[in-house]
Amino acid sequence: MITLKNVSKSYVQGSKALADVDLHIDKGEFVFVVGASGSGKTTFIKLLLKEIDPTSGSIIINDQQLERMPRRKIPKYRRGVGVVFQDFRLLKDRNVYENVAFAQRVIEKPTKVIKKRVPEVLTLVGLAEKYRSFPKELSGGEQQRVALARAIVNRPEILLADEPTGNLDPQNAVEIMKLLEEINSRGTTVVVVTHNREIVNSMRKRVVRLKKGVIISDEKEGVYVED
Amino acid sequence: MRISTLGYSIKQGFKNIGRNKLFSIASVATMAACIFLFGLFFSIATNFSYMLKNIETNVGVTVFFDEGLDQASIEMIGQEIVGMTEIVKEVNYVSADEAWESFSNKYFEGNEAAAEGFKNNQDNPLANSAHYEVFVYDIDEQDSLVEHIKTLDGVRKVEQSQQASNTLSTVNRLISTVSIIIILILLAVSIFLISNTITVGIAVRREEIAIMKYIGATNFFVRLPFVLEGIIIGLIGAAIPLVVLYFLYQQAVTYILDRFSVLQDFMNGLLPVNQVFVWLVPIGLILGVGIGLVGSIITIRKHLKA
Repeated sequence: MITLKNVSKSYVQGSKALADVDLHIDKGEFVFVVGASGSGKTTFIKLLLKEIDPTSGSIIINDQQLERMPRRKIPKYRRGVGVVFQDFRLLKDRNVYENVAFAQRVIEKPTKVIKKRVPEVLTLVGLAEKYRSFPKELSGGEQQRVALARAIVNRPEILLADEPTGNLDPQNAVEIMKLLEEINSRGTTVVVVTHNREIVNSMRKRVVRLKKGVIISDEKEGVYVED
Repeated sequence: MRISTLGYSIKQGFKNIGRNKLFSIASVATMAACIFLFGLFFSIATNFSYMLKNIETNVGVTVFFDEGLDQASIEMIGQEIVGMTEIVKEVNYVSADEAWESFSNKYFEGNEAAAEGFKNNQDNPLANSAHYEVFVYDIDEQDSLVEHIKTLDGVRKVEQSQQASNTLSTVNRLISTVSIIIILILLAVSIFLISNTITVGIAVRREEIAIMKYIGATNFFVRLPFVLEGIIIGLIGAAIPLVVLYFLYQQAVTYILDRFSVLQDFMNGLLPVNQVFVWLVPIGLILGVGIGLVGSIITIRKHLKA
């Protein structure tokens, strides 16, 4: 599903954000990638989204070698990868329904399909009632649920979550993680990048620890301990 | 591309314009000024060409004879000219008396005393102005006809309408040159303003564009609303001046023909509004859309790299 072979990434300044990373994630897995800031988590997400290319090494996702992918194929690739961010990144001038529908509109789904699918995912994330609300009328947890709905509305095979609980209180954080588990149980591979220790330790999933761009541990049912 | 995508993009295009009112209005206004001037010069230029043609064919060639030439020789010249049936459409003989009558009617109408004073007891001040008026089918044949008539015995002078048409041609060229320069400047300003409008639109929607790209929007989908925004601005900017010009033109024609009846007499008046606008409308709209397209495409290439 996701394979990184000897992946290194250096930015212009010279210091390596990732150094010789080898990692394999199977289809349907739930993986935490953890580490302090500067450990290379954000670089990892950006590489998987093909926002940046590795300096060396190879990234293979769904049998596609990312660093060799031509630009014009990027949109189609990204349709198979859902993503949520710490800051939600909702469109402030559109309501909940429109924010989720937007993801389908963008990939040119027929209106008929959109009208059926959007209420389904809003029900899944528990926001069916609030489909007319605007982002500013929602709590942080609700906004992140809208973002999640938008990320999964096109049924991606992989869901990337970049610090999804970073802006949430503990109770909302737990809610979001439950949703991610639910999505994972339906067959989507979920990769969560976080430094939220309580969450990681309470869920007992696979934990990949990064430190200064290097994987220092990779455990099934792992925990996130002090570096 | 789906119809719903096009619909969505058009809606977004209008939304961009709405969000960005001041810039959009400035763009539309400059575009309108550009197309207005273009239309104005276009109308003037087409009318000049029209007048030119009318003057050329209506005034024709005037053939004067040697002083004291007898009537028989004059008739011989006439027959010679009439004989060139392939070129000559019509030949009229105007005697000296008729020429005087027509002249005095024209310039001393209702003022017999002045006419008499001008005559100054001569028999006919235009005694040597008996002439043939020769009209041709095709204005291009006129020069060779004139050359031929000049070689005939007894012909003193052949006058062509060239003077008038040359003057008009010069004026026409001058107007065209000036208008092309002004239009080019306005064109550049229009493209610049549309480009600015779209740059602001892209800046305002940076986040949205980033999200679109994460979700897997193609470049085409991301760019289409901005291209349509340019086209919409171009269309509105062209439609407004065209409508204004349409009514203005009708008013102007009525006014000018009223004031300068000579135009009506000599040049068959001015072109009717429909005859000008059947060309001006499509050209104006294409120009508007073209400016919009160019303005938006340059901007998108600059600010929305793949």
